[in-house]
Amino acid sequence: MKLSNDELNILAILEENHRVSTEAMAMQLNMTEDNVQKTIKKLEDNKIIVSYPTLIDWNQIEGKETVVAMIDVKVTPQRGVGFDEIAERIYRYPEVNSVYLMSGTYDLSVTLEGKTLQEVSKFVSNKLSTIDNVISTTTHFMLKRYKHDGVIIEGNDEDDKRMVVTP
Amino acid sequence: MSMDYEQYLSKTAIDLKPSGIRKFFDLAASMEGVVSLGVGEPDFVTPWNIRDEAINALQDGYTSYTANAGLLELRQEISNYVQRRFNVHYDPENQIIVTVGASQSIDLAFRAIVNPGDEVLIVEPAFVSYASLVILAGGVPVSISTYSENGFKVTPDQIEAAITDKTKAILICTPNNPTGTCLNKEELTEIAKVIQKHDLICITDEIYAELSYDDGFTSMASIPGMYERTILINGFSKGFAMTGWRLGFLSAPKEMVGLMVKIYQYTTMCAPHMLQRAAIEALQNSTDQVEHMRESYWRRRNYMVQALNNIGLDCHIPGGAFYVFPSIKHTGLTSEEFASQLLQQEKVAVVPGNAFGESGEGYIRCSYATSIEQLQEAMKRMERFIDSLK
Repeated sequence: MKLSNDELNILAILEENHRVSTEAMAMQLNMTEDNVQKTIKKLEDNKIIVSYPTLIDWNQIEGKETVVAMIDVKVTPQRGVGFDEIAERIYRYPEVNSVYLMSGTYDLSVTLEGKTLQEVSKFVSNKLSTIDNVISTTTHFMLKRYKHDGVIIEGNDEDDKRMVVTP
Repeated sequence: MSMDYEQYLSKTAIDLKPSGIRKFFDLAASMEGVVSLGVGEPDFVTPWNIRDEAINALQDGYTSYTANAGLLELRQEISNYVQRRFNVHYDPENQIIVTVGASQSIDLAFRAIVNPGDEVLIVEPAFVSYASLVILAGGVPVSISTYSENGFKVTPDQIEAAITDKTKAILICTPNNPTGTCLNKEELTEIAKVIQKHDLICITDEIYAELSYDDGFTSMASIPGMYERTILINGFSKGFAMTGWRLGFLSAPKEMVGLMVKIYQYTTMCAPHMLQRAAIEALQNSTDQVEHMRESYWRRRNYMVQALNNIGLDCHIPGGAFYVFPSIKHTGLTSEEFASQLLQQEKVAVVPGNAFGESGEGYIRCSYATSIEQLQEAMKRMERFIDSLK
């Protein structure tokens, strides 16, 4: 799908911060606000804009800490549907954050979020491993998140270190 | 015993006009919760690949002097870059100097061409240091005022009218700080004719060249007949978000560059070695980041022009840099009154236009190199301020 400059510019703004008002967007792009709203609607309808998630650092909140595991899953693809059906059986679980089909030594990369180590382990052994055609799983627990979806979690690049008035 | 220092100090230095920005900085810096539109530098931190290369350079021990004109490898990259972006060729061997900021390039240029009493034309409103640098080089700055009616563009007639038999050179800054005005190819060509007719040198400060939005950018050095009489100044500060690195460069005919290298070896020796290594990386591998920053400024420019016009501060559409220069004349306040009352009442810092020369009176410089949220907040406060004046 080929997009217009206006559409690309709107995506550039939204990708950085989706809370910018449509009025401010319109002013930045020399468009009317109505036009901006229509364009966004179109991008949403076409699933170019898939969703507007908020990145939350749950681990800072007492009682809300989570355990994240990345699981390499080897599967036997099925005739006719390849990996899609197995992938669906996995991504339907709400505790599964992401599922990717990968090239290389395993097939599906699954990210899982749970409250405790036990919870994650239980899901892997009781649910994931028992799915037909899953040959093996290798579970990696995440120890620390430095950067997520392009956002540095603990950086200080964001602080303005400039003087307040300069020539 | 207390000394009367005045009698020991340089009269030339004492007589230099104090920077109008300095005064304002002290006031704004002492306040909490200021939203600043007064910052003359990018809000981006230098792209990581460049910073990483500086770290590598330090780890690898690049801590010695370099050739006076800078690392040949860097000059070669500058030569490639200037060719690629501005379509002019300079020989890295003898036509390029890497300086400590573009400011030092300007200083070198004046020192190399000015004889006592020579006049240098400066198109105003202009960056604060040009006139003082001319004076320090023993010359006489002659300002040419430009006006908003003409988009702050200097005309050939205005230049013609300012020329005397003492005129040696003209300094042009495009895109301009503080007005954001960008001269297109046709306008430069017309100006070039006068410069050639009167056999002047042209110093062209193109530090904001990467931040040109509408018609693209044309370098004065690329205009026919100008190459041999142009000192082209550029650097890494604005386009590559490297202000604090202090890295600039100039390119010019080799006869001029040779003389400038001689001055440079006595005053500075060379730009910092490790930073020059990182600058090579900047020129080789930062095109995407530079483009990303330009697009971001372009969007904010559009926002600012509309927002200012909406609250009744008329401004022309600046073609480059990250400044808007709206008129505040209808408020009846002077630039300084406007800026200082705005700061006191609403804690928004802008720079009074008269800091950039007399023709800046009646205007303020608003930098939009800050987040859109900050710009929105600033506009809200400014609107309230303007309403309070009614």
